[in-house]
Order: sequence, then C-alpha cells, then structure tokens
Amino acid sequence: MDFWFSEKHTKNVKLSIRVNKQLHSSKSKYQRIDVFDSYEFGRFLTLDGYMMLTEKDEFIYHEMITHVPMAVHPHPANILVIGAGDGGVIRELCKYDMVESIDLVEIDKKVIEVCKKYLPKTASNFDDERVTIHIQDGLKFIRNKENMYDIIIVDSTDPFGPGEGLFTKEFYGNCYKALKEDGIMVNQHESPFYKEDAKATVRAHRRIYESFDLARVYQAHIPTYPSGHWLFGFASKKYHPVHSLDKKRWQDLKIECRYYNPNLHVGSFALPNYVESLLKSVEDDTENQEEKQ
Amino acid sequence: MNEQERAPIYEALVELEENRIVPFDVPGHKRGKGNKELRKLLGEKCLELDVNSMKPLDNLCHPVSVIKEAEELAAKAFKAGHAFFMVNGTTSAVQAMIMSVVKKGDKIIMPRNVHRSAINALIITGAIPVYVNPSTNERLGISLGMRIDDVKAAIAQNPEAKAILVNNPTYYGICSDLKEITRLGHEANMQVLVDEAHGTHFYFGKDMPITAMAAGADYAAVSMHKSGGSLTQSSFLLTGKNVNHDYVRQVINLTQTTSGSYLLMVSLDISRRNLAIDGKKIFKKVLNLAQYARDEINDIGDYYAYSSELVNGDSIYDFDKTKLAINTLDIGMAGIEVYDILRDEYDIQIEFGDLGNILAYVSVGDNHKNIERLIGALSEIRRRYKRDKSGLFTHEYISPKVKCSPQVAFYGDKESVKLADSIGRVTSEFWMAYPPGIPILAPGEEITEEIITYIEYSKDKGCSLLGMEDMNLEYINVIKEV
Repeated sequence: MDFWFSEKHTKNVKLSIRVNKQLHSSKSKYQRIDVFDSYEFGRFLTLDGYMMLTEKDEFIYHEMITHVPMAVHPHPANILVIGAGDGGVIRELCKYDMVESIDLVEIDKKVIEVCKKYLPKTASNFDDERVTIHIQDGLKFIRNKENMYDIIIVDSTDPFGPGEGLFTKEFYGNCYKALKEDGIMVNQHESPFYKEDAKATVRAHRRIYESFDLARVYQAHIPTYPSGHWLFGFASKKYHPVHSLDKKRWQDLKIECRYYNPNLHVGSFALPNYVESLLKSVEDDTENQEEKQ
Repeated sequence: MNEQERAPIYEALVELEENRIVPFDVPGHKRGKGNKELRKLLGEKCLELDVNSMKPLDNLCHPVSVIKEAEELAAKAFKAGHAFFMVNGTTSAVQAMIMSVVKKGDKIIMPRNVHRSAINALIITGAIPVYVNPSTNERLGISLGMRIDDVKAAIAQNPEAKAILVNNPTYYGICSDLKEITRLGHEANMQVLVDEAHGTHFYFGKDMPITAMAAGADYAAVSMHKSGGSLTQSSFLLTGKNVNHDYVRQVINLTQTTSGSYLLMVSLDISRRNLAIDGKKIFKKVLNLAQYARDEINDIGDYYAYSSELVNGDSIYDFDKTKLAINTLDIGMAGIEVYDILRDEYDIQIEFGDLGNILAYVSVGDNHKNIERLIGALSEIRRRYKRDKSGLFTHEYISPKVKCSPQVAFYGDKESVKLADSIGRVTSEFWMAYPPGIPILAPGEEITEEIITYIEYSKDKGCSLLGMEDMNLEYINVIKEV
C-alpha cells in the first residue's frame, strides 16, 4: 500500500512521509489531532495537519529548547512550560534534580491524552510529582503571575490557530512579569528560511526584543520542520546566553543528551549572515521608534 | 416551517444565479467579468451577486415582491409595524425618521449627545432642536440618558414640539426610561423617535433592556451592521403600528439611491433570519464573553469596566451588558491614549477611546482567544504605563448655547477665523471627536472658552477631530456679524 502523509511547507514545497498506518484521529475543541506510524520517522503527531513531532527527531527540538536555558541559569528551580502537551520538554526537565516545580500549561487536554496513549517516549514524565498540569489558555494563566519563575519555556505551535496568543506582545510582557529578576524565557521561534515562516520569526523577535533586556536567537537542525533550519528565542533579564554559561557546572550534572552539549550550545548562537541581518533589521527598527518617542 | 427561516431576497438571488440570465443591464462589470482585479480581491461570488434591480429581484424604491416579503418578515421579527431595508447606513434611517416628522420651523426635543446624523437632518429640514441636557457621570466622564423630569420640563416649555428623539442605548450602553418617555411624548401629541443604532440585539437576546418597538415608540433606527452581523452600511428603519409607512417610504426615496445594493440587502435578509432563529443563543454567548472580560479586567486593578451597578432608575434606567466600556482614568491615561497603544503596540483595534474611557466591541464574531489578548494587553499597559492621574480632563458634556437653527447657521453668510479668536462667535459647522461622532459644536451654537479648551485638549491627546472645513484644525467657520 502506498500511503503518504504530506505537509505543505510553502505553497510550492511539501514534505511527504510514507505512513504505515494511522493510529489516531480526533477533533478536539481547538484542533484536529492525528497520530501516524511511519517507516522512517516512527510515530508522529500532527495538529490540524501540521507536523508537531516525530519519534525520530523530537530529541533535537526538546533538548535544545530545554537544556540551553537550564545550562545558563545557575539555580533553576521553578519552571513554567507553556504548550508542550506532548511531554517532551517535561521529560528533559525531569532530568534535573535541582528542579523543584514544573507548571505545565496546555490549552488542549485532548493533546495530552492522545500523547500519553500513543507517544509514550515523550509523554513519559507527566506523573513526576514536581509536575502540575494546568489545562488553560497560556495567556490567561500567566496574566496574574508575578516574580514566580526562574525559567519559562514557550513550546508553542505556529502563530495561527490555538497558539496565536503566544506570539503576542502582551504574552511576552506577561512572561517578563512572571519571571524572577534573573529569569530566562525561551521560545519556539519559527524558521528564517521560507518567506512566510520568516515573517513569524521577525514578528516574534520584534515583540520579544521590545519586552526584554536581552533577546538573542539560536538555531538547530530539525529534519521534519519546514526547511529543517529552526530557531529558538532566548530572552533574559540578566544572564547572557553564552557568557553566563558555565560549561563545567553543567557537565558535572552528568545529564545524558543525544544532541545538546555545551560546545554546541555556544555554537548554536552563531547565526548565518542572512539570519543576523533579518534580526538586526528588527532591532534597528525598534530602536529608531524608541528614539522617536 | 417557521416563516422566519425564509430569506426571500437570498432565495431570489440564488434562483437568479441558477437561471444563468444573460446580463445586458448595469452594473457594467457584468458579474465581475469586466473587473478581474476586483473579482480577485472580493471573490467571484461577491461580484456575481452585485446585480441591479430587475423583475425577479424587486425594487427597493417601490417593493412589491421579494423585498416586500423580506421587509414584512423583518417587521415581524422586530415586532414593528413596518421595517425598511436601508442601504445608506443608519445615518439615512435617522434622517428619514426625522424628516418624516418635522419640517422647517418645527421643534424637536433631543439630547445633545446625539449622533451627527440627527443634527444633519435638522440642517436639511430646518427644524429647531430643543436640547435636553443628558446628565453626566462625573467619575466616568460620560453622558447618560434622558431624565424624566428634564423631558417633562422640555415638553412643558415647548408644547408645540412635534417629536422627541431618544438616543437609546448610548454608545456606552446607557438606557433611558423609554416606556415613560414614550408615554409622555404621546400624551403631549408628540411622535417618539429612537436612535437605536447600538441596540439591535435588544430585539433578539434574552434579558435585554426594552426595545423601542416594545416601548411603543413610533420610529426606531436600528444598525443591523453593528451587533446584528450584516454588512457595513446596511440598516433598518422600523416604524410603529400607527405610522403611515407609505409616506415614510416617500420621504426615504427623497434621498435614497435608486440602485440599492443587493449585497447589502441580502446581508440584512440573512442576518435577520439568523437573529430571529438563533438570536437568544448568539447574544447569550456575547453576554457571557463581555461579562467574563469585565470581571477579569476589573480584577487587574485600576481599570473600571462598568455595568448594571450604575443603574439609578432615571438617567441610567437600564444598562446594556453586552457593551464592554472601560474607564481608564485611574491608570493615569486618557481612553484615547490606551486606544492608541492597543493598536500601535498590541495590534488590537477597539471601537473607540474618548477622554476617560475605551469601548471594545464584543460580538457574535468573537472568541475567548481574542478576549484573552485584550485582557492581557490591558494588564500590560497598566504595568508599563501607569502614572499619576492628575491633569486628566474628564468633562465630556458642555451645555450648548443655541443661537440659531442648524439650517440657518449652515447656509448663512460665514467667515473663517482663527480658533483662538472665535470665542463668542456662532459656528456654522460641526466640530466633533471621532469616534464616537457626537458633536462638540454643532452649527448655530456659540463658541465658548470652555469649548476651545476642550478641543485643544482633545487634539493634544490624539483624538481625530472632524466636521470642519479646515483640515489643519486652525480655523473655524463662523456666522458673519452684521
């Protein structure tokens, strides 16, 4: 049988994965949820037809969005994770003994249920006693939180559909308020490569740059995401993503990773010229506007 | 079948399309084929339906078939004597009802915080306004409804007046005692007109303030395109059971286009059907969303999202709880400033900001996601901008000194003088802040120092001022002194 899942990466480009069988399909209040089993990538989850994760390459995304801030912050104890109903970020966070509490805010309960059932490799640590699950809109949850978290990880879907509110200035501003005075926010920052994705990157960077003292971007290679070249945002009130990194301190924790290591950490902040200039145009723009005011 | 499930104009348009009539009539774009760019932008369907009056589609100026049926269904849905499909905005509905009841020299009692369309109608007809001072809530800086004692006094002082116009609800959701005002008006042989532009939903939701038709009013102008969901510029004029609607049609036809847009008319037809069938459900959702937002915004602190607790039995006889009006003075900012920040920094466009308040329009098209964005943004604006509130100006209502009728002032000999030099003169033009489009100065009113201060302050806070001839806002047209 010739059964393929296809996702359009642009109007003119698509990625197709040969599917063995479909394991699940449902429609929640917010979105359509599907799980497939494939020959090349193992099981994979899609929301409204967009690839969220595959068993084969999810480690790259989850390690990069989690360990980068965790290695920079000297004593991360209270963590907030927004989105991430698949559990991958939670799994990575639970590797740290120093973490005392993890609040997970996911708007769609059904995503968690489906992942627990079909994606046990990522949804492995929901039962950890440090984890509290809040089924709520992220923007609403964070609105009245103040000075509570060391790290906030925004593992959102794309900036349309249920994840839209997580790419707004009000959301980033609320995150700033919810962080402690040396807090760090990391977010899924879209891709700089295709035009439509790059627009989302620029928008997100503008909003974060306006809201935080320091806003940098780092990258990773994720084969099943559009273009394979993916970005993360690192926004911070105090720590620098590279200068504040204590490689030895992290190595001493003896955390096992397949993708992340402190050298790669440093390298991931070195960006291609076209990406640097994309980000710089936003930063110059913002500063000009501030001067005008 | 419930007859409200019918939509005669919609059905006629569908049939016309199926019959594939060859068009050798206007519009000249011929179902969009002659204007590819516009067709691409608006969609094929939209241009296919942009057709002219013809036998199967009836004629808005003299309805005998499908438009007549659609108007009758609308009249039943609104429990009115008659309903007119209006295609030139609620402005045309307000004007048609005023032009139906007053002529040159007749008096009409109205609150001063009416929409400009009402005063425009006075310029056209030459009628004389008798203004009732809408009292003001000092804390919020908003005009309220008409007090019964003020209406009684106006009637007693002007027993020859032909009509009373009530603005109900106001933009902010304030309702007057419509039933009592109607009773008083009828008792004095005056017709009662209601500018119900912001109250379409009263006719269809549950637990809403009383409607003009239920209160026994003679005319109501209803902005279906506001809370009713139809296309911009489409509206209804409703008349009571005792009104000669054939005469009203003649008045409407004085100024109405003879090429009524079927896009607008079909949007009225379908929206009326939706509301008649699902109105209760729709407005329950709107009420819940507005109430949720109100509670959450009041929880942020300093903002005041007001509601029915304001009701005082007279100048605030009732409150429209679907309206989300928020006073911003306690964060130290004028409403218009918050309005600008929401748009410029947070990509949120709200309905309006005045000196002390903002209004977010919540409707059938809203969802929780967007409400959360609004609340989140307001909470951020407070965190980032909160400042001392001294120096904020709140007075909204300035009692007008009417020197002559709007018509005499508008058409009289005039000259242009510097704003600062105009104190004591009589204006021949409108000055208003938009939104909400309520005049600060209307033709025929004396310019005072208080008004100039108010205008300067509004300019400074970033209000859009309009109505005047001088686009630079430096000169004002006044009546020549003899």
